Amino acid sequence: MAAVSAADTAWVLVCAALVLFMAPGLALFYGGMVRSKHVLAIMAQVFGAAAVVSLLWALVGHSLAFGPDHGRLLGDLHLAGLGHAGDAIPGFPHLAAAPQAFTVFQMMFAVITAALLAGAGADRMHFGSFLLFVGAWVLLVYAPLAHWVFSPNGWLAHLGVLDFAGGTVVETNSGASALALCLVLGARRGWPREQMAPHSLPLTLVGAGILWFGWIGFNAGSALAVGGLAAQAALSTHLAGCAGLLGWLLVEKLQTRHSTTLGAASGAVAGLVAITPAAGYVNALGAIVIGFLGGVVSVFAVEQKVHRGYDDSLDVVGVHGVAGVVGTLLVGVFATRTVNAGVPHTGLLDGGGMHLLGLQALAVVVTVAWAFPLTYAIAALVQRTARLRVPHDAELEGLDTYIHAESAYDIGSRRVAGRMGA
Amino acid sequence: MKLVTAVVKPHMLDAVKEALDAAGIRGLTVSEVSGHGRQKGHTEVYRGAEYTVDFLPKVRIEVLTGDHEADDVVRTIVAAAQTGKIGDGKVWVIPVDTVVRIRTGETGEEAL
Repeated sequence: MAAVSAADTAWVLVCAALVLFMAPGLALFYGGMVRSKHVLAIMAQVFGAAAVVSLLWALVGHSLAFGPDHGRLLGDLHLAGLGHAGDAIPGFPHLAAAPQAFTVFQMMFAVITAALLAGAGADRMHFGSFLLFVGAWVLLVYAPLAHWVFSPNGWLAHLGVLDFAGGTVVETNSGASALALCLVLGARRGWPREQMAPHSLPLTLVGAGILWFGWIGFNAGSALAVGGLAAQAALSTHLAGCAGLLGWLLVEKLQTRHSTTLGAASGAVAGLVAITPAAGYVNALGAIVIGFLGGVVSVFAVEQKVHRGYDDSLDVVGVHGVAGVVGTLLVGVFATRTVNAGVPHTGLLDGGGMHLLGLQALAVVVTVAWAFPLTYAIAALVQRTARLRVPHDAELEGLDTYIHAESAYDIGSRRVAGRMGA
Repeated sequence: MKLVTAVVKPHMLDAVKEALDAAGIRGLTVSEVSGHGRQKGHTEVYRGAEYTVDFLPKVRIEVLTGDHEADDVVRTIVAAAQTGKIGDGKVWVIPVDTVVRIRTGETGEEAL
């Protein structure tokens, strides 16, 4: 075990706090996008998921993901309860940050990934059942995948799959899981005939800004040390967010003649999603291309839900899943040793041939093949036993009063329902 | 006696109020309403999906006047609220049987 570095520990702890701040950011981002009668419910789900996932991560999840390896498939319960939180993390012999800092940083990753799922089932889930669902999900779906990719002992990492901060474990995983969740739930009452426009885009924009801010910690913290790699990841992250924002707006302008604020917020998030797996492996120009393509592709991905008839309320599949796949694959194109000397295989443009691209594609396929059916089974089980979906009249009344006996605003939204066109 | 009712764009309310003040009309009632005329509503775009918003925010102004002032009130409101663009609104006049000032019990035109 390397000597504990105060600087690296401080950096990882700060980044853990930045990633935690993404949870209220996500609550605002999502909260603004739902109708005013459901805003507290979605925010409660994000905050509730943070609490449940953090505790389960401490009790079991961290140990399953980062405990001593078994067959490159899973950790064990050696670190359960974090009773040995100061012990070295298996697979990370050169980690100079305190092990507890690594643990809390990874805990926040689990929190934000699980919280993302609330967006797919927005406006129609029981609060308690959702917490039951994400609790099971984080242990059964997320923790093993985190072991395969984030732990150097995991089988995908061992093969040479590159995922700097979670293009597979966080983004593709949450997208595939979100699809399974909304298929089990079924569409919101009235969708897509009735208008379900966002009730407060300012909230969504503030939330997107907080997510962007936290994303610096998400990606730059994944260097796990202070230094050039962390700085490069921060640079790439910001540039990709900017490029994603403009990419989305460009497509939107061409398609509808308007550039919208929701498009700007969505494009920024899509760009940030796309750069997540690549942040520590690509140069600034690569980051701009990846972010831009993330934004552009997500616009088309989001349209698919209406064409294909699945009600992914807040577009977790389109924005996180698809942009995550784009970024994960593009690592195989843009990864270069000039940015990160430690990569075992470089991308297509750095003379690495198709090898890394193939590995990245494999990682995408494995992630989807793991997350989708397993999440579907968990959601279906919770639906059968604890009723994941609320009764229809609760959707009409609004989950804020039905579940929480509260309302967000003194007056209801003045928006009167119209029809959803196109 | 007449009741003049006008439905106008919300941002024209101040202009209408000032014009009525200048014309010596003291009393009016204002409420926020929503609706549409022949032009229907407008289109909003959220993540590429276009929504038609059928009911646009409007302001309803009601003025009770004597029989002889009603035309002046209508003209004043039309002049102040007109932008020439679609959605400027409408004004209509209906007869009123009885008016009572609650404070004093006065009735008819004295109560206006």
